[in-house]
Order: sequence, then structure tokens, then C-alpha cells
Amino acid sequence: MKRKIPVNMELFLTFARIGLFTFGGGYAMLSIIESICVEQKNWITHEEMMNIAVIAESTPGPVAINCATYVGYKKGKLPGAVLATLGVVIPSFVIIFAISSFLEEFLEITWIAHAFQGIKIAVGILILDAALKMIRKMEKKPLQVGILLVSFAVLMAVNVWKLHLSVMVLMLFAAFVSVAFFLADKGRGKEGRA
Amino acid sequence: MIYLDLLMGFLEVGLFSFGGAYAAIPLIRDVVLAHGWMDDEMLSYMIAVSESTPGPIMVNLATYVGSQKGGLTGALIATTAVILPAFFIILFILVLARSFLQNPFVQAVLGGLRPCVMGVILATGVYMILANCMSRGGGLGDSLGGHWADLTAVVLTCALAAVYFGSRKILRKGLSPIGLICLAAVVGVAVYGI
Repeated sequence: MKRKIPVNMELFLTFARIGLFTFGGGYAMLSIIESICVEQKNWITHEEMMNIAVIAESTPGPVAINCATYVGYKKGKLPGAVLATLGVVIPSFVIIFAISSFLEEFLEITWIAHAFQGIKIAVGILILDAALKMIRKMEKKPLQVGILLVSFAVLMAVNVWKLHLSVMVLMLFAAFVSVAFFLADKGRGKEGRA
Repeated sequence: MIYLDLLMGFLEVGLFSFGGAYAAIPLIRDVVLAHGWMDDEMLSYMIAVSESTPGPIMVNLATYVGSQKGGLTGALIATTAVILPAFFIILFILVLARSFLQNPFVQAVLGGLRPCVMGVILATGVYMILANCMSRGGGLGDSLGGHWADLTAVVLTCALAAVYFGSRKILRKGLSPIGLICLAAVVGVAVYGI
């Protein structure tokens, strides 16, 4: 006979498994979370999963954390949310903490340093690819394209000339511009109707 | 104080990284370079390690930077800081404001943030690639002052990009990020080792 484990424990163990076996970050995790939480465990419906994906995309922070918190809360309220979130974090924390103690000495080995010379190039390509994928999917309204181009140009200038402007300030400015256009549009809408 | 810097820095990353791990990279780079915790080179190595180990990339980076700068306590603080905003925002949406994301003001803010994030990621990728190609060590700014391009790096970048993007035309899903990192490591050992 199978002993029934409490749902919160199960949430923790399930998300620890997801955290331990998914490579490539949050978006890679979405499909695994879907297959486990929707198909195997019936914790949430397929629609809810789609909903989670949209929410994760519109909120800051690691996508995997967004998902774990959401599913955990649905199944086990606050304790469930905490345990699912801890579950997804603890495996990576332990692994990276272990690696961090020897990585720098490791990099002093000549052939490994050479390997990382190559890897550095791959990382640039991966970041470029992530940006291009996002841009391909975005709605291309004039305001959005304008914000994209200005943000790109400003951050290039900041990088090349080592200017002191944080990305956070740039983002706040972009949000401000977008809200200003939204309010102006709304104002014009009212005048039109009057 | 280092713990406070880690806490504030990674709360900022957790609060502004809209769109997953790659959106967090420019923010983490900002925080890490501003405090002088790491240089671009070490950061891109760490991005590769985070991509090749399981778990959320943002959590991996936070744990690594935290442990390098503040040991176990630092790692715990940075990791907690990077996930807390996501955790509370999801709880907020679930418990208090289910329609929060449909609010037109929130939509306007997101409509400004999304293209800005894309521009910022694009600039980070382009800058990293250019910096790799311009000279070994030193930033692009120094390189513009009359250094020659590093021909080996230019050729490697073109070759790896061709393989990575080209593989999508041949294989159904193309080469995975971890696949590209492994290939780049092998190529790095072969090219720089000889």
C-alpha cells in the first residue's frame, strides 16, 4: 500500500525534482512543469498553465519562481507557495555554491582557460539570440519600436564609453514614456467624443 | 557593507528582470560592474556555467556572486533577494488582484518595459560580441582607441554563429544552448591551445 504524503511535502519534492533536472532556465522549465503539474499530478488545468505562462512573462523575476509560487499557492496556500519556491531553488543553490568554491582555481588550469575563451564567444551569441527571438515575437507598433531602438542605442553608448547610467533608470524612463503616450491617447479620445 | 549591497543589488535585479534570465543579465552586469565585484570576462564565464547547470539561471548567478563576495551568508542573501520580488508579486496577483495585469495602466507600463528590455538585451549581446572580437581583455572603449581586431575571435564568432543559427535549418530544434557552449569549449581548447 502506498503511503500518502502530505501535499506540501509533495509540492516541495516535485519542484525540487524540477529544479534539479531542468537545464537552460525558466522557459525550458515551463514545458516540464506543464507535463508534471497538469498531466501527471492534475494540480492545475491546462488553461491555468497558459495563464501562468502569461503572468510569468509580465512579471519580473525568474520564470521558474513565478510558476512554483503560483502552483504552490493553488495547491497549498501560503505554506505550499513557500515550499514549492524553496524546492525549485535549493538544488541550484547547493550546486552553484559547491562550484563557486573551486571555479577560480579551476580557471587557472591552462586548457580550461582556453575552453572558456571559446565559451565566452558562445555566451555573446546566446544573448544576441535571446534578444532576436523576443524581437521577432513582439508587436511592432511605432512607439514600441522607438523605445526598443532608443534603449539599444543608449545602452550601447553606456557600454562603449562606460557612462554611469543604470539599466533600471532606462527602464523606468521607458515605462514613463509609454504611460505618457497612453494618457495622451486617452485625453485625445475624450476630446474626440466631446 | 557587502551584505547590504548584495541585498539591494539583487532586489533590484529581481524587481526589474521582466522576461526571464536573459533580461536579468544586463541588470546583473550593471550591479556587478558598478560595485567592481567581477569583470565582463568572469561574468560571461558564469553565465555559461549557469546555463549548463540545472535550475533557474538568475538564481544560479545570484548564488555565485553572493558566495564569491560574502560566503554562505552572501549567497543566501543574494539568492533570497533575487526571488523575493517574484514571490510576492505572484502572491499579490493571486490573493489580492486577479485582474491586476489587465489594468490599462499596468498594461501601459509593461508596454514600455518590454521593448526597453529587448533593446537592452540586444545591446548587451552586441557589445559582448564586439568586445570579444576587438581585443583580448579590456573593453570595447579601449579597443576603439586604435587596437586591432582579434582575428581569431572574429573567425570563431562567425563560425559558431553560423553553426548555431544554421543548425536550425537542418535539425528540427537546432543546437541547444548547452550544445553550443560545449562545442565552443572544444573549439576553444583546439584553437587557443595550439
